[in-house]
Amino acid sequence: MSSQPHAPAHEDAHNVHHGHSNGHEAGHGTLKSYLIGFSLSVILTAIPFWLVMGGVFDSKLLTAFFVMGIGVVQIVVHMIFFLHMNPRSEGGWTMMALIFTLVLVGITLAGSLWVMHHLNANMMPMSPEMMKNMP
Amino acid sequence: MSETRLQETEKPEFYLTEEHHPEGSTMLGFWLYLMSDCLIFAVLFATHGVLGRSYAAGPSPADLFDLPLVAINTAMLLLSSITYGFAMLQMERNAKAETLFWLGVTGLFGAAFLGLELYEFYHLIHEGAGPTRSAFLSSFFTLVGTHGLHVTFGIVWLITLMVQVSMHGLIAENKRRLMCLSMFWHFLDVVWIGVFSFVYLIGYLG
Repeated sequence: MSSQPHAPAHEDAHNVHHGHSNGHEAGHGTLKSYLIGFSLSVILTAIPFWLVMGGVFDSKLLTAFFVMGIGVVQIVVHMIFFLHMNPRSEGGWTMMALIFTLVLVGITLAGSLWVMHHLNANMMPMSPEMMKNMP
Repeated sequence: MSETRLQETEKPEFYLTEEHHPEGSTMLGFWLYLMSDCLIFAVLFATHGVLGRSYAAGPSPADLFDLPLVAINTAMLLLSSITYGFAMLQMERNAKAETLFWLGVTGLFGAAFLGLELYEFYHLIHEGAGPTRSAFLSSFFTLVGTHGLHVTFGIVWLITLMVQVSMHGLIAENKRRLMCLSMFWHFLDVVWIGVFSFVYLIGYLG
């Protein structure tokens, strides 16, 4: 329709975008890849909710461990099937940026929790009863 | 002398004539923006990780969180992600009407997510569990509120692009913009995975 006159320009732009990636599917995904990603995502969302709401495990630590683990798997699924991450896109620079960010995120999260836990542990001992009477 | 005159008469060019460059660098640049946004969320997650157990003798997540509501909310965002994917597939086929339809559906799911979140916030504040109640609630409202704000701007962007597409069609520029919004939208879904796992589910465990 109205996009017809722009078709050549579009083709150009299209080839460019995929200049670095390997073929068409790598950049955008297909109906199949979206549906696979969505099904995996639904399953990986349902499991942690079921674990917590159903009280499947007695151990809270074990449940928390599974919830975080499945969360990480689901993030990877979204990255691959929805954000179309692959080591070749943009000549590998998106992957480099992602790895760099993950390192920073890891340092931020682990560092904050570790330092603040130590600060907390080195505070004067205080019972929950004393805590309640704090201003 | 003749050289300077030649330079004066030369037509100045303020843009690069390479056609191929801008498209690729836009995607990479937008990805870098998303990574910086990721750092914002990382800091907010770290804050919540530190403060998330400081209830100040107030309500805990187990008292406050309505997990079925969170599950519905998550479903809304997940569905909006897949419908945005459908919009991208239609965009590839240059099907303008179908693209607009799926973008509209995505917007509705996004709005439903936002509505449920606002309802939850309203409910919490109404119960006296507002952001001023405890450190846990401060960090909770900041983290979840920042995500909600992102979704809000995503919806504004989505509506803008729907108007753009309906006015100018699926031209190369609009396709580029739609691909940027696609990354933004899916990125917000990724952040939400962290929110429902870490804040809601693990918070609920106590």
